[in-house]
Amino acid sequence: MRRLATDTLITAERNLTRLPRQPDLFTAFTIQPIMFVLLFVYVFGGAIVTPGYDNYKDFLIPGIIVQNIAFGGFITAMGLAEDLNKGLIDRFRSLPMSRAALLAGRTLSDVVTNVTSMTILVITGLIIGFSFDAGVGDIVTGVLLLILFGYAFSWVFAFLGMLVSTPEAANSLGFMLVFPLTFISSAFVPVDSMPEALQVFAEVNPFTVIVDEMRELWVGSPGGSLWQSVAWSVAITAVFAPLAVWRYRKNAER
Amino acid sequence: MARTVTAMHSIEKPAGSEPAIQVTGLVKTYGHVRAVDGVSFQVTPGTVFGLLGPNGAGKTTTVRVLTTLQSPDAGDIRVAGVDAVADAAQLRERIGLAGQYAAVDDMLTGEENLVMVGRLYGMSRKQAKARAGELLTRFELTEAAGRVVKKYSGGMRRRLDLAAALVARPPVLFLDEPTTGLDPRSRLDLWEMIEELTGEGTTVLLTTQYLDEADRLADDIAVIDHGKVIASGTPAELKQRVGGERLEVKLEDPAQAPQAIEALAPLSDERAVAEEDGVTVAVARRNGTIVTAVQRLGAAGVGVDDIGLRTPTMDDVFLSLTGKVAEHEQAQQTNDEEVAA
Repeated sequence: MRRLATDTLITAERNLTRLPRQPDLFTAFTIQPIMFVLLFVYVFGGAIVTPGYDNYKDFLIPGIIVQNIAFGGFITAMGLAEDLNKGLIDRFRSLPMSRAALLAGRTLSDVVTNVTSMTILVITGLIIGFSFDAGVGDIVTGVLLLILFGYAFSWVFAFLGMLVSTPEAANSLGFMLVFPLTFISSAFVPVDSMPEALQVFAEVNPFTVIVDEMRELWVGSPGGSLWQSVAWSVAITAVFAPLAVWRYRKNAER
Repeated sequence: MARTVTAMHSIEKPAGSEPAIQVTGLVKTYGHVRAVDGVSFQVTPGTVFGLLGPNGAGKTTTVRVLTTLQSPDAGDIRVAGVDAVADAAQLRERIGLAGQYAAVDDMLTGEENLVMVGRLYGMSRKQAKARAGELLTRFELTEAAGRVVKKYSGGMRRRLDLAAALVARPPVLFLDEPTTGLDPRSRLDLWEMIEELTGEGTTVLLTTQYLDEADRLADDIAVIDHGKVIASGTPAELKQRVGGERLEVKLEDPAQAPQAIEALAPLSDERAVAEEDGVTVAVARRNGTIVTAVQRLGAAGVGVDDIGLRTPTMDDVFLSLTGKVAEHEQAQQTNDEEVAA
């Protein structure tokens, strides 16, 4: 177990050392979220009616942060696909290190990048006029929930990244599957503004559950459920972490 | 199975000293394909063992099983005194692997790569840093130590890859096609480094499809094809199996080949054969052969353009064993044809 912990930290450190040297990835989790916020607030925001909210910013910021956090795992997907592709996995597997550490190190470094982009988004939000309507306890709970949910999605992406053979394919597969999930939810527009069929989907969508809870925690609008949000995050991890490990073994032993 | 040859020759050693690598009856299948089909061999500590064979012969699969990257379907494998299946984790502490794809992280610097590997071997950050420094000096990468590997040349990457394999001073080193794709200068550099290592007592198992590489580096060779060892021995023994020296005569007028063959008859048990621009024949001994041949050809009125003795190369070995021209020659020929066309 100690080995797993040390090796996880070493591989996480490796991933984080790499990041600033890959400008395309770096902008994807720093600049891109800011662009999305500005786009939604100033281009679409005026046309979206959000009853019960002072302004669209208060509605949007918790939603867009959840979306952004969920996508944080794409760095894991691309990194794993790249390691497999270039034979680095073989190097690691020939070392007397914990084999689980490679995946754990990936998802752990996602936590760091997720916290970074979360911070960037909150600051952007505050600058353009978003305001918390909550106590410190609820704000912190929200942050922890975001970290947990982001961690769950890192495993989803880890699995997706190993279904395909190139980092590029991993990226586009991830977007194809996760993009609709985030948009057919309460993240950007109120669910009752959607056609009925989509409403049915949006209501059960875990993104809606998390986003609603984030709004309750950060801007005090009722309708969230903390236990459901945590349950979803844990369930997603419980399903996708073993899938990722299984797929990883299969790929590495090809 | 009948064709399987076990490489037990020349490795008879005093009792008590265990082989660095001992493989018995290794089988690895993928679906219906037997990628490795009953391979056995032994490697004496401190020597270089060459696994030679064309692409897809089973070389890389053998290395992957021996380095615990894959588990065998059958067979016993002991490396550095440890069972590769039962004690895989322990085995990984005693081996180094450098592969044909130069598995180092592009986005880390040379030094960061080595420090990371050292720490994953269980060294402290400080120890790993000191070891990285030693290796960077040894492999002439000190100047490039702080540069990301992406900016390295092919030769530098291979050197770093080899350095990474050596971080923990493993007694047994696996090199999977270490020089594939390298320019001649870098190949020579790498060969010298490998020779230095064995000089220090490291055991090396090397796969290659370059016959000159096996010839130069390996103390013992197993030739594998279709997952089986089809021949094994020292490079000299393998060459001997193909036959001794050959006399090659280039004629001024290739039409005189029949007279030349007649004139050379007493020099060999077998008859010379006509080739494109001359004749060639296996000869039993070196001394005086050329002088005699020139005299006899002169007496027969055959004009000689060039004459020489040639020791069989590993290419000849390969051709006679597998009935195939070695891969890189095929590639060469294809290129030549393309140029000609």
